[in-house]
Amino acid sequence: MVDMIEIKNLSFKYSQQDGQTFNDFNLKIKQGEWLAIIGHNGSGKSTLARLIDGLLAPSEGAIFIDGIKLTPENVWDVRSKIGMVFQNPDNQFVGANVEEDVAFGLENAAVSREQMLVRVKESLQRVNMWEFASHEPARLSGGQKQRVALAGVIALRPKIIILDEATSMLDPEGRKAVLDIIRELNHKEKLTVISITHDIDEASKAQRVVVLDDGKLIQDDKPEKVFSRGSDLVKIGLEPPFSEKLKGELESLGLVVPEDYLTEEGMINWLWELFSRQ
Amino acid sequence: MGKVLLGRYIPGSSLVHRMDSRSKLILSFFFIVIIFLANNWESYLLLFIVTITSILTARVNFSFFIKGVRPLIWLILFTVLLQIFFSSGGTVFWKWGPFTLSYYGIVNGIYVFCRFVLIIFMSTLLTLTTAPLEIADALEKLMMPLKRIKVPVYEISLMLSIALRFVPTLMDETTKIMNAQRSRGVNFGEGNIMQQIKAVVPLLVPLFVSSFNRAEDLATAMEARGYHGGEGRTKYRVHYWEIRDTLGCTFFVVVFIILLFIRQW
Repeated sequence: MVDMIEIKNLSFKYSQQDGQTFNDFNLKIKQGEWLAIIGHNGSGKSTLARLIDGLLAPSEGAIFIDGIKLTPENVWDVRSKIGMVFQNPDNQFVGANVEEDVAFGLENAAVSREQMLVRVKESLQRVNMWEFASHEPARLSGGQKQRVALAGVIALRPKIIILDEATSMLDPEGRKAVLDIIRELNHKEKLTVISITHDIDEASKAQRVVVLDDGKLIQDDKPEKVFSRGSDLVKIGLEPPFSEKLKGELESLGLVVPEDYLTEEGMINWLWELFSRQ
Repeated sequence: MGKVLLGRYIPGSSLVHRMDSRSKLILSFFFIVIIFLANNWESYLLLFIVTITSILTARVNFSFFIKGVRPLIWLILFTVLLQIFFSSGGTVFWKWGPFTLSYYGIVNGIYVFCRFVLIIFMSTLLTLTTAPLEIADALEKLMMPLKRIKVPVYEISLMLSIALRFVPTLMDETTKIMNAQRSRGVNFGEGNIMQQIKAVVPLLVPLFVSSFNRAEDLATAMEARGYHGGEGRTKYRVHYWEIRDTLGCTFFVVVFIILLFIRQW
């Protein structure tokens, strides 16, 4: 498969900070891949997302999006291939109501009004928010606002979606709704998804997990492999998933537990089997 | 608090509600200007008839208009009293030091009162029947000629609409901060004036900080969604000038002409 994003020898430093955020950083992301980037606060996850979207400019190195090198001249063209959903549902809602917020990006891209009407409806239906089209943001829940933000992204038909801790302020239900839509987009439309997250459950839905620590890539593997290193996760400031914690506890009680990461469901099945064997 | 209606807009489907916000804005301004042309009881009667007719057409409960006058009642009474006691002419009924109560003064006082009421009624009608966002749109359209002298009209109108959109959000935030500070023992609305002013500080500082954070987030999100200045954007919200708008304008021009005939020259 083709590389959708390629980051080569990237270096970056915030002007008001000492020390490099990134130093000679390399990463390739394939087309249609769902990549999760995890790491503690200040590990450089969000900075990386902003660099990919051209919201920040690297001091050295290059970023290729869909084969095009990101430069200050073509940043608006490249950005049109990327849709971003940010953390705070309220602070990215520009329009006075739902449909106008979805239209905001289309207005920026100078899409004709007839097209806009079609695309706004289409994308709101995709996220099951069409019936709320005329609602003001004050009347929506956090999860609904994030779905609207997602509709705004879908309407622009990007190739890449970046979720910058987009589910961290949502309740479990809202989180699930958002992630279900993302999974569908990833499966059906072959959209490349980058989800930056603290939430291990969200990360475990990805096909590949990259662990960042102080701007360094310390692990790049399948989620099962990454999360099976429970104690190492704690070391880099992440809480291991519930099933891993349970596994650790069982191990300390003298049980023999499987090496690989188990999802909660996998854990339940394994426990049942263990139980029925005894 | 978040559910508070912004402005005093009351949704409806009357003729006035469906009129284009541009024509409503222009007509309100026009009406306020021609109020100052009225100078006898016939002309004021005409303007009152026009105002009452407009209110009836809008099918809005009359109590909203009385509520519109109430907060300004002291200002109105003060101005009216000034007019009554300090303007002279005609028969003098009573005199004490600098105060005179004359026929001319009383008439002037009544006229000033009528002017206030008419202006408040008409502008209340505008805000009751037009959503704040539509007023912002109308302002953008009407400011268009200013683009020639490099006024950033698109930016101003986007700023206006974002400001309107964030009012409920910031009100929610204010409530939250107030509750948080109350739980830490701050008393709002108690004590003398100095204490009350001091109580506002722990409310304003966090609100200020969080507004700046919000502004930064919003700016990043807007940039990520491709916003690069107002030029070359298309518009999702459109407004059409319809027959009813032309009719409305004609009606007010006719009123204006009649007013010119019956006023005292």
